[in-house]
Amino acid sequence: MSEQYLLPNGRVLRYSFHERMIHWLAAVSYVYLLLTGLAFWSPWLFWIAVVLGGGTISRELHPWAGLIFVYATFIMLRMWGTQMKETPSDKAWWENVRYYIRNEDAKMPSADRFNPGQKLLFWGFFVNGIVLLLTGVVLWFPNYVPWNLGFLRLISIILHPISALFTIALFMIHVYMGTAMERGAFGSVIRGDVSRAWMEHHHRTFYEKILKESAARK
Amino acid sequence: MEIRAISGHAGSVPGAGMSRDYDVCKLIDVTTCIGCKACEVACLEWNGYSFSETVFNNSYQTMPETAWNYWNLIKFNEHEHPERGMMLLMRKDQCMHCEEPGCLEACPADGAIVQYMNGIVDFQQEHCIGCGYCMSGCPFNIPKFSAEARKVFKCTLCVDRVSAGLEPACIKSCPTGCLHFGSKDDMKFLAEKRAKQLREVSGFKDAGVYDPSGVGGTHVMYVLHDATQPELYGGLPKDPHIPWTVQLWKHPLKWIGNFGIIAGAVGIFAHYLRFGPKIVKEDEQGGTPGGKP
Repeated sequence: MSEQYLLPNGRVLRYSFHERMIHWLAAVSYVYLLLTGLAFWSPWLFWIAVVLGGGTISRELHPWAGLIFVYATFIMLRMWGTQMKETPSDKAWWENVRYYIRNEDAKMPSADRFNPGQKLLFWGFFVNGIVLLLTGVVLWFPNYVPWNLGFLRLISIILHPISALFTIALFMIHVYMGTAMERGAFGSVIRGDVSRAWMEHHHRTFYEKILKESAARK
Repeated sequence: MEIRAISGHAGSVPGAGMSRDYDVCKLIDVTTCIGCKACEVACLEWNGYSFSETVFNNSYQTMPETAWNYWNLIKFNEHEHPERGMMLLMRKDQCMHCEEPGCLEACPADGAIVQYMNGIVDFQQEHCIGCGYCMSGCPFNIPKFSAEARKVFKCTLCVDRVSAGLEPACIKSCPTGCLHFGSKDDMKFLAEKRAKQLREVSGFKDAGVYDPSGVGGTHVMYVLHDATQPELYGGLPKDPHIPWTVQLWKHPLKWIGNFGIIAGAVGIFAHYLRFGPKIVKEDEQGGTPGGKP
């Protein structure tokens, strides 16, 4: 751990400036992708494209926003790849996830920097991001896909929305938990810090590591 | 003209079904086509496009397929017939104006593709967003993307001429009379009559009419010497359908997805009402968020 996690103001660093920037790069590009994507998804939502500057502009910018989003997820992989790896204790976490849902957190196994739910979110977005990228490139340049490779377009036309729906499920849960459900979590990705009690409550394994490291440094 | 269906459109089609309008149809008798390409020239002339660069590959085929600014192309195929020997098969390729158009089904842009009551399927480029989904929805490889305009174009069945009571430009130019234009019923009658003649008089026992039911029938029909092998005529699909992935996306997936999104939102709201937020009790060392110590 190279970061100095214990901040002089008595709080704990949850996400560094770099991590927060990448998070919001992914978030802003994803929301744009979601809105324009929903406009193309259903005629009843096509008005979103009109609000965002028209169907043509939405179609032109959607793929570029997609590249930004995938770029951000690759940076996240570099930043968090090792922390997102599955650990033996994850199984116990999922077995007890009902307590987490019921806010009976005391019955939950302690979590490292990212709990297994966050790992699922990350890998879900990452894997679906790759599917969306590959199918999206095909849909981006329909005129370069020759007729005898038309099956590529047809596969893409169905996989792109399926994959997008998976990310929408993850996105909805993520936004709910990050804003309404987990009080303090939103601040961690805005200002970057959380209280010591918050860190101990949600990520005890990681908090203990921080304390140990801090003690070793003294 | 009266509109029957609109692509990417929420709600009903304004004014649809107000009055009856007979279905128009183009009939192409490939057995009397001489491959003169007058229809290609007439199409370019009427629609205001200049002649495109041609290729030479030791056949009469001047370009491999139609282009965004070349909507009408004769497809040549040198076919070795088991009894009759070499046959030069020629088919005028253009939009088939399907009764159930795959392009319109796949299109997400409101009003970019309309189907008129008389069966003509027409692209409205001012509403086209250039996504190219129509190209995937079409089983005949007809809509073509223009990189300059960033829109998709195809044969309009000379909707401007037809709405003024004229025949399409290609029909007017045909010197052999292999192209016919009229109501679908009349063209069906004529086509069946010609196919019967080919079978009984000319000895083409497999002669027949190409009006594929997989897309609900088409407003462009062919009379073929051999209706059992439409592929011989420049790759005319034997049993064209709207691709199943397009149908899966537009129907079941849409409903599953919409249901999932709404159910998810309701579930999340219910969770908040039932269990509420996770609030961590702060100790004295909570500190000031983001502030200096």
